[in-house]
Amino acid sequence: MTTTAPPRREAPEPEAPAVRTRRRLPRFGGTALFVAGLVVAGLLTALSGWSWGLFAVYGVVLGSLVTYVGSRVVEGSRKATDRLVTCLVSSAFAIAMVPLVSLVYTVVSNGITRLDGTFFSNSMVGVVGEGGGAYHAIMGTLIITALATLISVPIGLMAAIYLVEYGRGKLKKTLTFFVDVMTGIPSIVAGLFAYAFFAIFFGPGVRFGIGGAVALSVLMIPVVVRSSEEVLKLVPNELREASYALGVPRWRTITKVVLPTAIAGLGTSVTLAIARVIGETAPLLVIVGITAATNFDPFDGRMATLPVYAYYQLTQPGVPPQFGIDRAWTAALVLIIIVMALNVVARLISRFFAPKTGR
Amino acid sequence: MTSLDTQRRKDAQQSKPVRSRGDSTFAGLSTGAGILILLVLAGVAAFLVAESLDAISAPAEEIAGGEGVWSYVGPLVFGTLVAALIALLVATPLGVAIALFITYYAPKRIAATLGYLIDLLAAIPSVVYGFWGLAALAPAMVPFYAWAEDNLSFIPFFAGPASATGRTMLTAGLVLAIMILPIISAISREVFSQAPALHREAALALGATRWEMIKMAVLPYGKSGVIGGSMLGLGRALGETLAVAIVLSVSGGITFNLISSSNPSTIAANIALQFPESSGLGVSTLIFTGLVLFVITLAVNMLARYVVNRRADFSGAN
Repeated sequence: MTTTAPPRREAPEPEAPAVRTRRRLPRFGGTALFVAGLVVAGLLTALSGWSWGLFAVYGVVLGSLVTYVGSRVVEGSRKATDRLVTCLVSSAFAIAMVPLVSLVYTVVSNGITRLDGTFFSNSMVGVVGEGGGAYHAIMGTLIITALATLISVPIGLMAAIYLVEYGRGKLKKTLTFFVDVMTGIPSIVAGLFAYAFFAIFFGPGVRFGIGGAVALSVLMIPVVVRSSEEVLKLVPNELREASYALGVPRWRTITKVVLPTAIAGLGTSVTLAIARVIGETAPLLVIVGITAATNFDPFDGRMATLPVYAYYQLTQPGVPPQFGIDRAWTAALVLIIIVMALNVVARLISRFFAPKTGR
Repeated sequence: MTSLDTQRRKDAQQSKPVRSRGDSTFAGLSTGAGILILLVLAGVAAFLVAESLDAISAPAEEIAGGEGVWSYVGPLVFGTLVAALIALLVATPLGVAIALFITYYAPKRIAATLGYLIDLLAAIPSVVYGFWGLAALAPAMVPFYAWAEDNLSFIPFFAGPASATGRTMLTAGLVLAIMILPIISAISREVFSQAPALHREAALALGATRWEMIKMAVLPYGKSGVIGGSMLGLGRALGETLAVAIVLSVSGGITFNLISSSNPSTIAANIALQFPESSGLGVSTLIFTGLVLFVITLAVNMLARYVVNRRADFSGAN
């Protein structure tokens, strides 16, 4: 035993150096090379007149090139390719962040000037030039989105329950497929549908809030179905089976066991669906139109909504144009704030209202 | 009484579960909701057809442009396809790279947060993208367009004259690219993260570098997901309205020149711009163009879903 052990231990030793002779860059060598490339790119850009776009292009190209060449010299071509891809993939992410940051910066810096009390308390009745606000548009958006939610959530939730609890065979397959397809319906087509539908009953040129709610529902229902379906699928089957074993009928099981268990996820999915449609402009432009006055009645006449308000304030700002354009940017800012707030609320719901699991 | 008994006995023989009235009502309601959704989709097609009949049957001279609905919608379809294709060409490689970065390159601890940042791009309303495209992206692109006109004008896409405002087809395509980026990257991310761990670990164990592992184990597995995801993105880009309506400077006609200020409009943007001021036959014509858009996006989306679902059927994940 003792005689055989030492040679075994010694055996790998002569080979070990052969493997280790491969030279490698130090731990942060790749990053250092990339930064070196960036610096060169910065100098090059500064020489030909500074611009961020040019710097980004030069930076990605030179940084990746320097890293590739440096790594190729030291480590060989396979490692070099690997590092090159790492550079490109990370740059792709950084590039995607540029529009996000730029967009938020642009909207905030332009929109902050009119983010005041008047904006939230005044409508546009009799406003020419300075002043005016989006009170009527904010109320319109809230009313129409609330109606759309009232229409979409029961239908979407019931359809999701059908898909998870009852559905089988051809109808289930068809429904799953077409719900997926429906998520891709262009929003303007949903608006045209609502117009075409109501024009048959109310004559051409129809404009009212409930039409907007119907159009938004066409966009919202598939989102609600898809996300609720995912949530309901997560409810463990043991809970259902335990309930059936106690003799509880299926519909009581669904309403008393499945839905309460999934309530946090459902809340999240509904909130996200609202966030998805609250910024929709095109369908409301077609079927709801725009007005300067406050209108709380979705069944009678045009209503203002925040996205459409922003669009018209930008494209038809009036004279002098600056005041209208300012209002447009503030409306865009408020819209982003609302959407982001809904996203945050959705996350909070899923965090705080998740069912207490017995540990 | 006896009939009830026989009924009961029959039930017992077939060992069917007893269904209370509440149960059948609830099942009926949920099935009804499912069927209603299918009816709505059919209704979208039906009502669009019904309202566009006027335009289809009207004499050609009465349609805007004077040459009938088909030559009215032609340049619009062309513009829609050009803008969407630019978006697709830019967003697909970028989206796939971002998906790879988040699934296999970023540190595990912050990967979810980075994914959330990309998803934020999807949450921003399209009208805000239009604002940003008009105020930030278009002016930023002007120097590039001037440069492209001077140096690249032998390529038909950059023939010029370069737009002074930057409100060109290329700008609109880039805005659309940013809007569809989160869709492509979300679906790619999902399929990449499902690539079988055994394949990945086997590749690494054989000494593959990270990129070689991705090339051998992840990309072949995720290919159809990427194709499906980019087609979903294409569907979104085809139907995007307000961003294009605000950014693009429109003059009609068909041109491959991407950097000038005279561009064909897209179907959706054209509807948004024309609909509020239209009446009678004009409305009907616009609804007809909407029907064409609906058919195109429906076809693209159905193909995309088919491709994505086929992967799900044959993947080892289920």
